Amino acid sequence: MVFLLIFFLLPFLVVFKISMSEMDNVIFKDFFVWADGVLQLKIKLGNYLFIAQDDLYFETYLSSIKFAAITTGICLLIAYPFAYFMARSPADKRPALLMLVMLPFWTSFLLRVYAWKMLLADHGVFNNMAIFIGLIDEPLKMMNTPFSLVLGMVYTYLPFMILPLYANLVKMDLRLLEAALDLGATPLQAFWRITVPLSKSGIIAGSMLVFIPCVGEFVIPELLGGPQTLMIGRVLWDEFFSNNDWPMAATVAVVMVLLIIVPLALFNKYQAESTARVRS
Amino acid sequence: MKLNAGRATSFVWMGLVFAFLYLPILTLILLSFNASPMVTSWGGWSLRWYEALAKDSEIIAGAKLSLEIAFLTACASVVLGTLAALALTRFKRFPGRTLFAGMVNSPLVMPEVIIGLSLLLMLVSVQRAFGFPDRGLMTIWFGHTLLGMAYATVVVQSRLQEMSPQLEEAAQDLGCRPWQVFFLVTLPLISQAIGSAWLLTFTLSLDDVVLSAFLSGPGSTTMPIVIFSRARLGLSPSVNTVATLTVLVVGIGVVLASFLIARNERKRALEMAAAYKASGN
Repeated sequence: MVFLLIFFLLPFLVVFKISMSEMDNVIFKDFFVWADGVLQLKIKLGNYLFIAQDDLYFETYLSSIKFAAITTGICLLIAYPFAYFMARSPADKRPALLMLVMLPFWTSFLLRVYAWKMLLADHGVFNNMAIFIGLIDEPLKMMNTPFSLVLGMVYTYLPFMILPLYANLVKMDLRLLEAALDLGATPLQAFWRITVPLSKSGIIAGSMLVFIPCVGEFVIPELLGGPQTLMIGRVLWDEFFSNNDWPMAATVAVVMVLLIIVPLALFNKYQAESTARVRS
Repeated sequence: MKLNAGRATSFVWMGLVFAFLYLPILTLILLSFNASPMVTSWGGWSLRWYEALAKDSEIIAGAKLSLEIAFLTACASVVLGTLAALALTRFKRFPGRTLFAGMVNSPLVMPEVIIGLSLLLMLVSVQRAFGFPDRGLMTIWFGHTLLGMAYATVVVQSRLQEMSPQLEEAAQDLGCRPWQVFFLVTLPLISQAIGSAWLLTFTLSLDDVVLSAFLSGPGSTTMPIVIFSRARLGLSPSVNTVATLTVLVVGIGVVLASFLIARNERKRALEMAAAYKASGN
């Protein structure tokens, strides 16, 4: 046992050290700008003040959170019934269904987002078809709207919602439902009072898995959102690549981290809890 | 009757979700054979965009670099991820465990722009201090491995948790040294998880735009960056052909791999049943 300990501990320590130094960057960036000297410190604080006073940044943060929340909500609405049906389908069909959910996830995310651009464009596939059938005369404006942005994000992050929910629902003890039904609950009552509370950790893990990356999403707003949709990931990108204002970009990032730290902690807590439950 | 209605709803719902997931990919594939230079209006079947792609040196160079990075990333992430997963499952309690678990998990959800920016700022300050490393393949590899390691850890960890510790204990009782236990018992048992983690991190790295954009230097443009900059400007037929080829390769690879895994699993189940029978249980 001692051998085992030494044997596993040593490589582990190496990993620990590496991941420490890697993850430190997230905090590091903070120090980096601060540690450059007193002068930098002043400029830095100036940046924070600027962000606090400028309405545009405030609005951008707000709309990022709004879009992320809408996306999370829609994902949950689509994914919950889906995961539920999947968990209740015959056991021999489940691996194939799981495979089908995972497969788009394996193919390039960038290309899938690009595909929506093609479908939704003014002279895109949907508009051309609708005009061809005679449904509409003028092409509908779908690209570069909040609609296309949310659609793209729902599409991209849907598997991230389905998988934790499915993993949670498939483990559920069906006898609990039978007991509830025996005790006179209607199926709907049984669902609300047994199934939903039991899948709480799956719901939260899935929601955080969708919400947090959505807040900082850059690629999807850039390709599908058009210039009017404000997303903080894009602001950061522009500050960095177009304006070359690195301290400003760092400030935007620090504020973004502060925004997502609560959901992040929630995610880690439920992640830890669900693994603990698997273990026991 | 009621049950049938429920099943019908479930079929319809699942069908709709799958249609939603696959429709864009199928459109991409179909339109890559479009003869017309207008991407979205159909002009008959043609392979002309594939011919154009074969001559597109920018994309080909990007693809080479991307594959190289993806290969290195997958190997490094799997090794680091396996070690982290072992540490997390074997040692229930050690100082800083929560911190460590949190650090391993957070790249999964942390927005990539933040990871990219902070990695870059760190690399720049390191470079200023030591004159090393230059931005390029190395730094992209580093960033992708950070992300890939998190995914690999989760995949391997879930397999390790399912595994019965008795198998390792039995090997120890039978006189195996710790390294023998690891290489003869643990490693074969988690090899499938390691395989799928490798594939996952490989595709992840092959696909990444944001980290690469932050970490790449002049002369190290990966394929996703090329595609992204073209897609940003508008619709381009060359992107469709690249998409079709990637979907094809990845699709075949994944289906093949999962088929092999399923077959091995079945074989192992049969062998286990045979072993039980032989031992007279």
